[in-house]
Amino acid sequence: MNITLNGKQKDLPSSQTLTQLLADLELPAKTIVVELNTIIIQPDSYEKTKLSEGDQVEIIRFVGGG
Amino acid sequence: MLTIAGTEFSSRLFLGTGKFSSSAVMAEAIAASACQMVTVALRRVDLQNPDDDIMKALGQREYTFLPNTSGARNAEEAIRLANLARAACGSCWLKLEVTPDPRTLLPDPIETLRATEKLVKDGFIVLPYMNADPILALKLQDAGAAAVMPLGSPIGTNQGVLTDFQIEIIIEQARVPVVVDAGIGAPSHAAYAMEMGADAVLVNTAISVAGDPVAMAAAFAKAVEAGRSAFEAGMGQRSKQASASSPETGNLSSNLEFLS
Repeated sequence: MNITLNGKQKDLPSSQTLTQLLADLELPAKTIVVELNTIIIQPDSYEKTKLSEGDQVEIIRFVGGG
Repeated sequence: MLTIAGTEFSSRLFLGTGKFSSSAVMAEAIAASACQMVTVALRRVDLQNPDDDIMKALGQREYTFLPNTSGARNAEEAIRLANLARAACGSCWLKLEVTPDPRTLLPDPIETLRATEKLVKDGFIVLPYMNADPILALKLQDAGAAAVMPLGSPIGTNQGVLTDFQIEIIIEQARVPVVVDAGIGAPSHAAYAMEMGADAVLVNTAISVAGDPVAMAAAFAKAVEAGRSAFEAGMGQRSKQASASSPETGNLSSNLEFLS
């Protein structure tokens, strides 16, 4: 299954949840925000959110800026 | 005391967190500045460096976080970033920044006003970065902006307050705080803005790229305080005509005729 993750193609096992994806990426859920097909997903929904072929996932966090 | 949207700030210096050489230097500079408002930006996570997290350096302290919408080129992109910022930190504070031209990074007034109207309705505390346009400042204020942030000169240029004539008018007319943002390159620039009656200044590049950012942050803190004190003390009028500081009567000239 292919998704677009932060603008790049990524191959994933089918029906992976957001929780599993974040764990694979070693990203602590507290410090990030996830957008799935431009909709913000709340952290308490990561577990029940299954990814599908063609999904656009954006993982965002704060960085230094003016 | 400066109050924005019901929150009090004892420091009138706001700090940007970009371009520091390390998180440790940034945290030290923030501490040296004694500021209580810091801006941050939102970007895609660098998936190669999942531990690279600025909030580790910032997270535990008592600042108001002011996420910006830098990178947004129109109102829609800014609104999308605003919602991501609110989801990321749970705060409604927002520095609205809409800059379609990467060369000048000048703000788009029409998109900024559109985004302000929408975001205020959505419950955000909106501080728009704007060109130093007094009419636009009134319109943003009427749209519900919590403060206005006119630029002194373009972002990151260190050119100082080149827009002083317009900023004076903005300050004179404003019912919301005026924060001079962008282009402030030296403590004297910050003091100048404060002497004019700005409510605060936002500084980033001048501190983060200084030889010693921590010492520079402390220097800015002093300048902002000095400028504010001068404004509150009441500055003298400027004049083209000289006016002697020493008394002009009772001088010794008549008794010094023997010198001729």
